Amino acid sequence: MQQSAFENDAPIVALTEVVKHFGAVRALDGVDLEIRPGECLGLVGHNGAGKSTLVNVVNGGVSPTAGTVAFPASGAPEALSAGVRSVFQELSLCPNLTVAENLRISHSGLRGPGWRRPARAEIRQSLDAVFPGHGIDANATVDTLSIAERQMVEIAIGFAPRGTEARLVILDEPTSSLDAGIAEQLLRHIRHFCESGGAVIFISHMLGEVFDVASRILVMKDGKVVADRTVGGFTRQGLVDAMGHVATDERQDPRGKAHAFGKEVVHTSQGLSARRGEVVGLSGLAGHGQARALARLYLDATSSWRPTGKPRMVFVAGDRTRDGILPLWSILRNASISILSETAKWGLVDRDAETSAAAEWKRRIGIRTEDVTNPVLSLSGGNQQKVLFARALASAAPVVVMDDPMRGVDVGTKQDVYAIIRAEAANGRTFLWYSTETEEVCRCDRVFVFRNGEISAELTGADITEERILEASFEMQEA
Amino acid sequence: MGQFLSRHRILLPIFSLSVLLAATFYMQPRAMSYFGINLLFNLAVPIALATVAQMMIMMVNDIDLSLGTFVSLVACVTATFLNDSPLLGVLILAALILTYAGMGAVIHALDLPAIVVTLGMSFVWGGLALFVLPSPGGSSPDWLRALMTVKPPLVPMAVAASVLIALVTHLLIIRSGIGTVLRGVGGNARSVARAGWPVARLKALAYGLSGLFGVFAGMTLVGLTTSADANIALRYTLLSIAGVILGGGEFIGGKVSPVGAVIGALTLALAASFLSFMRLSPDWQIGAQGAILILVLTARLIFARRENTTG
Amino acid sequence: MQQVISRPWIWSWLAAAATFAMTTALTEGSGAGALAYAALSFGAFAAIVGLGQMLVITLGPGNVDLSIPAVMTLSGTLALKAMGSEPDTAMLGLGVAILVGLGTGAANFALIYALRLPPIVATLAASLVYQSIAIWSNRGLRIKPPAGLADFATGRIFGVPNVALVGLVLAIVVWVALERSVWGRWLLASGQNMRAARLAGVPVEMVRASAYVTVTAFAAVAGYLLASFSGGAALNMGQDYLLMSIAVVVIGGTSIAGGFSNVPGVWGAALFMFLVVSMLNSYGAGAGVRMILTGLIIIGIVIAASTRRASK
Repeated sequence: MQQSAFENDAPIVALTEVVKHFGAVRALDGVDLEIRPGECLGLVGHNGAGKSTLVNVVNGGVSPTAGTVAFPASGAPEALSAGVRSVFQELSLCPNLTVAENLRISHSGLRGPGWRRPARAEIRQSLDAVFPGHGIDANATVDTLSIAERQMVEIAIGFAPRGTEARLVILDEPTSSLDAGIAEQLLRHIRHFCESGGAVIFISHMLGEVFDVASRILVMKDGKVVADRTVGGFTRQGLVDAMGHVATDERQDPRGKAHAFGKEVVHTSQGLSARRGEVVGLSGLAGHGQARALARLYLDATSSWRPTGKPRMVFVAGDRTRDGILPLWSILRNASISILSETAKWGLVDRDAETSAAAEWKRRIGIRTEDVTNPVLSLSGGNQQKVLFARALASAAPVVVMDDPMRGVDVGTKQDVYAIIRAEAANGRTFLWYSTETEEVCRCDRVFVFRNGEISAELTGADITEERILEASFEMQEA
Repeated sequence: MGQFLSRHRILLPIFSLSVLLAATFYMQPRAMSYFGINLLFNLAVPIALATVAQMMIMMVNDIDLSLGTFVSLVACVTATFLNDSPLLGVLILAALILTYAGMGAVIHALDLPAIVVTLGMSFVWGGLALFVLPSPGGSSPDWLRALMTVKPPLVPMAVAASVLIALVTHLLIIRSGIGTVLRGVGGNARSVARAGWPVARLKALAYGLSGLFGVFAGMTLVGLTTSADANIALRYTLLSIAGVILGGGEFIGGKVSPVGAVIGALTLALAASFLSFMRLSPDWQIGAQGAILILVLTARLIFARRENTTG
Repeated sequence: MQQVISRPWIWSWLAAAATFAMTTALTEGSGAGALAYAALSFGAFAAIVGLGQMLVITLGPGNVDLSIPAVMTLSGTLALKAMGSEPDTAMLGLGVAILVGLGTGAANFALIYALRLPPIVATLAASLVYQSIAIWSNRGLRIKPPAGLADFATGRIFGVPNVALVGLVLAIVVWVALERSVWGRWLLASGQNMRAARLAGVPVEMVRASAYVTVTAFAAVAGYLLASFSGGAALNMGQDYLLMSIAVVVIGGTSIAGGFSNVPGVWGAALFMFLVVSMLNSYGAGAGVRMILTGLIIIGIVIAASTRRASK
């Protein structure tokens, strides 16, 4: 390994006893970490384990409540001048600027007349180095690029020298919208970058990638580092166990084996269908058209113009801030918005019906609050999600559409919601459930696997297994 | 085709202006002369400068409802102080520009809605203008008058000045590094902040530039009209917004085009001249301007639709 | 107490009361009744257009109606023309005014929805057309309102100006619609997050359309009353109400970011805006000082509101 050549170097970043509180939440609870040149650190852990807080402490976005962050290798006082670069999960380019202009934003050394030429050259060089044959024009405006191309540009900006030199590049789920071939190019570049003395923090939920590229793996749980070993020190199962994965003992299937479903209540031209009382899963790799298919299904079934007394369909959002929560309102009002027209008299809100429905669902779904008139933002993310479930389930709509609704939800809440979904399905409701977690999809009665915006497989009964879903997700890309 | 148009958004404003110009020449062939063109675009220079000023604000996702009263105030200061005691006049104008920059910094620092702050400032500017010039009057400094009535060879003053304004602002906003960062603030302020830029100072800069161009607008207006009053440019608030939109700019996302904005302003100035050539009853002149605005914006929509289908 | 202080509408009423007290202090109490009467009369027009503007602003950033002045002028002009000073035509005039309001609102929203224009530009462009229609139909005419209607518009019941009573009734209607009706909930939800509201089953386009039609209908009624109140329609009768309508909404405590409205605050702010001017007048301030102070007060209130929000 090249790595030994750098062993004596000072760490690029060194964290000692770092603690970070957000209100009462301990996001980081005493973390020590050193990253040396040549290392590729795989950072894994469940949602809310503290990964993003740790990364934000390293790049200077968040200052720790206690403990120190130092950059011994460069002696720089702060992350930016120490050569720490971040490529974030959410897209952080300026969509109205060109690719080269976006480099200018994070490269203050480019100045004076004629800065464009070196900017174009630098970004082109970086793109060529990371993604050979990328086909991206440095003069293209970012909003004319596809999502994958934007992510490639962002990664290339992260690795570009930008006047100094990138010493530590933080990649947060960098492959989430890249296809397998491009992702492989990236992994190859990371290896090359580390061999020549750089360091990378690599966050991914794709454990295969982590094993593939990381030289050392750090496992986080509840704001603490629970394991920190070289990659050889882990087995796949050992890693999953360290994260506290509970998947194995959840396999006892609550699926009713001999379910007799009712008549078909949903049928789309795309081939998506669902019967009364059925829980239908949508699966496949993220971003392959599942969310779009569900949104189109819902928007077609409801109207922006005509108020409906009894909705045919309700929607549970997964991206709470974008699609779900009404932030100025109380829990009560957030939960009742979809049932108002069912109970209204003369167009006026029936406030007794509203209050009793909210109270019933607070109890049934276990929203943790003393008073439903508290602001909805006073709740934790998981409880906000429960409010969105209550909003949908409180209505009499026969079909419930769920767009990856378990994002950022803790295990306990998930179990509660699984049970309620089963109970409601037994009462004759139909669920269409898109999930990025295969283990959740395996709870469904029928699964549609999406690839490139189309349905690539329909699985039922015993065929619903992780292997079959993966097969259908990748199938064509093998060729 | 759609791809081409979306890359070259500037084509639509150019097209609208050309059609309007062709229609004007068709109705009034005598306008096709040095003198005629100068007349057609007579008031275009201050409108173009005001439009550029508005564009600076819209570039950082805000909107300025006080621009018209600000230009009026500048006109009043120009026709009084700048004429009578130039040094004091210059100092006052500089202070106004700094106030604009300060307004941008405060709006950003306190996260205030720009639309309301500028609404309040419009009362302040209006009051100050009444203070400076309680009744219409004053007179233009001679050098300003001479500058605005200069007759350059080949092309009339209004056209030459518009080209110059477009060129300078294009270099400043589109080509220069700092202009790129300013547009970045409109596109994604968070990522600009993350890259280590002081966004409050950038916003102050954008507002300060707006104030600067607002000052130019007021001065050139006095140069053309030779006197001022406190209500002289109230229309400029709405004209400037319309001009930016006609030029292909958008309210959010930092999508602005200085060249487009100047062309949009020229289109608005020409629309007024065109309507008077049409011998349209004066009753309908304002309404016809509104109709032209709607028409051009509808054309923009057709272009946008194409972008979507091909994009 | 905490409860009362935390209500955003209280501030505009306190400000109105303070200016009222400061004005009457100068005259040692004499003329307080006349001042209150004038404030209620003139404040009523600002309140009525403000209520409509509030509904639109509640829809969220970018939503504002700039056609209010033109609609007021057009409705006042057409209503007086239809009545032609004949007696017993007040209802006909009101009908014409409301039709103008509904028509212009529908036209505005058609531009916004079908042409996908930003509301600021759409209502601005449309208002130029309305203004032209008003100029055309008003040409050389000086029609007085029917005597009965003029008496009503300038009259009083139990010492309260009739126009203020109309403004009060409209305020109550808007309050019930916002706070008690399903439509109000839908409007507030749309203003917080249009996409989330749509996905929660709110017919958002219907809600937006109704808000844009309501604002012009209110402006039309205000124009009709103002023309009757001041003895005829004038082409510039609406011009003060563009900035005024936005100012009373903001001072009244409605959130410019959308999703939160405040009906009592609009009335308080409307009274305040009138009282500030009369206070400064009675202290001998010139027009310039009046405007400067008005502007600074608007900005001060916005800053106060934002720091209160931040400290929460």
